[in-house]
Amino acid sequence: MSSSIHVLNTSLGGGLRPPSEPPPGIAPAKPALEAEHLSRGARIIRFVRRQPTLVVGVVVLAIIALGGAFAPVWWTGDPLEMRPIERLTSPVAGHWFGTDNFGRDVYTRTIYGTRVSLIVGATVSILGLLIGTTLGLVIGFYRRLDAVMMRVMDGLMAIPAILLALALMALMKTSVRNVIIALVIPEIPRVIRVVRASVLSLREHTMVEGARALGARTPRILMFYILPALAAPLIVQATYICASAILFEAYLSFLGAGTPPHIPSWGNIMAEGKTYVQLAFWIILFPGLFLALTVLAINLVGDGLRETLDVR
Amino acid sequence: MFPEILRRLVATIPVMGVVAIAVFALLHVTPGDPAVIIAGDYATSEDIAKIRAKLGLDQPFLTQVGIWLGRIVRGDLGTSIYSGLPVATLIGQRAEATIALTLFAMVISVSVAVPLGVLAAWKKGSLVDRAVMVFAVSGFSMPTFWLGFVLVYIFAVSFHWLPVQGFSPIERGFWPFLRHLILPAVTLSLVYMALIARMTRASMLGVLNEDYIRTAFAKGLAPRWVLVRHALKNASLPIVTIIGIGFALLIGGAVVTESVFALPGLGRLTVDAIIRRDYPVIQGVILVVSGVYVLINLVVDLLYVVLDPRIKY
Repeated sequence: MSSSIHVLNTSLGGGLRPPSEPPPGIAPAKPALEAEHLSRGARIIRFVRRQPTLVVGVVVLAIIALGGAFAPVWWTGDPLEMRPIERLTSPVAGHWFGTDNFGRDVYTRTIYGTRVSLIVGATVSILGLLIGTTLGLVIGFYRRLDAVMMRVMDGLMAIPAILLALALMALMKTSVRNVIIALVIPEIPRVIRVVRASVLSLREHTMVEGARALGARTPRILMFYILPALAAPLIVQATYICASAILFEAYLSFLGAGTPPHIPSWGNIMAEGKTYVQLAFWIILFPGLFLALTVLAINLVGDGLRETLDVR
Repeated sequence: MFPEILRRLVATIPVMGVVAIAVFALLHVTPGDPAVIIAGDYATSEDIAKIRAKLGLDQPFLTQVGIWLGRIVRGDLGTSIYSGLPVATLIGQRAEATIALTLFAMVISVSVAVPLGVLAAWKKGSLVDRAVMVFAVSGFSMPTFWLGFVLVYIFAVSFHWLPVQGFSPIERGFWPFLRHLILPAVTLSLVYMALIARMTRASMLGVLNEDYIRTAFAKGLAPRWVLVRHALKNASLPIVTIIGIGFALLIGGAVVTESVFALPGLGRLTVDAIIRRDYPVIQGVILVVSGVYVLINLVVDLLYVVLDPRIKY
């Protein structure tokens, strides 16, 4: 390892990714089909037994996603409705999570907040993956570009992600779209690094040589030989990006530089509650629990996928 | 060794150059006119023109970059739009709280996480191991500021053991200084602790299978001795690396933690600057923090020689 700046592929909230270059991601040969006769139910049970982390993560995440998607169904009210008379009510039958300083129902707002978090998390990870993979493939394959671009990436990764996102938000108006932009940009160099490392090792692989000999051009080689081998590590990476994007969105909103205040996002709800820690702790407690649970579920999915897909 | 240190120091210059240019280029790549956004909703066209001139946005891009880099080399980080004070002065005023907070958090995390990781690896598959792994995954998933509020609620609001918020400079006595830092440092250390514990465990697991560990146990050495002197020493490279890399997490967390505990540090300076759209201050903080980060990782690189005599520069 030449310099540790070269291995900055960790990001906040993401699970620990090994500092070494990731493997080409070629799955090992599958063991012989020993259990072909098992019933479907038995196979599901076996899968759950073998991959408890993955299954728990997926189930929890699915419940949270359903909660957010069908928010009006779950005995919620209007997330923006203010009832000044009921302000700062502690959790009771009508207000399970209490109310905030405008008398808005914290339960309703928390359930609706799921939407913002999941949308930001999903969009950031998909965009980061698409842009990062495209750039990584190109940079990794053209040697001349590589040397210069990797220096640039080193520099970009020396800026702590949250600071870069904050700086971007300082220059843009607060909106969900801009939060997504501010969170995608710091992730791109990290994706590029992973992709490029794999491309470098795969470029010399015999199959690429063979394809070249058969007259395949570079774009074809990138699409059909390199990209499929990258799928597994990238899927795992995407889950970690998703987890950290959800955390970062909450950080930005909490600091007043995230989603606009009128949108009920978990970070915004907690930001409004910070003045009332001593009086109305529930305003912070419940959205935070949902946030932690969501991020935990996604991290578990990531860890589970890493095991299942055998990504180092 | 010395020429190598020098060579490495020189090698950080292009990295820092990229940081400087990137931070500056953000003004141009973000959608919309930054001068208009910085000036705010009620600005007159005169105000906007003034800000544009101040940020150098009225000149061609390459000239701007040249002027900006030239100023940085001379140690001039510009002046704050809001207060008119030099950015370097503002950063100097706020450095103490952040340094104290991050150092304290670093000490707590390393001294808790490394033993936890060693223990988990030694008792692999046991209840202790699982508990450490659960702790590590939850540590990654916990929002820093939320954890801060939970700790404040328990230890400050409910039990009155520690102060809710605020900072007491070290000149005013060590005990008040420490009391104000305990909760923030514990809050901040959790993510970092999770990261280090997980890496320590993974690295130790790799080493514990080695022949020389079996030999050490076979000749009757006490487990503690084997684990620390034989295993941990050889497993230390990845751990030290992750301590360096994870510093980015620590700094990011400090921004949020300072905001929760009202500590007058660089994080608060940044957040205030963002609300006031005081971009020169943000630029300055990013440059300084990234510089420290690059230097820390340089030190980590040089530590390899000390930890592993096989590595020679």
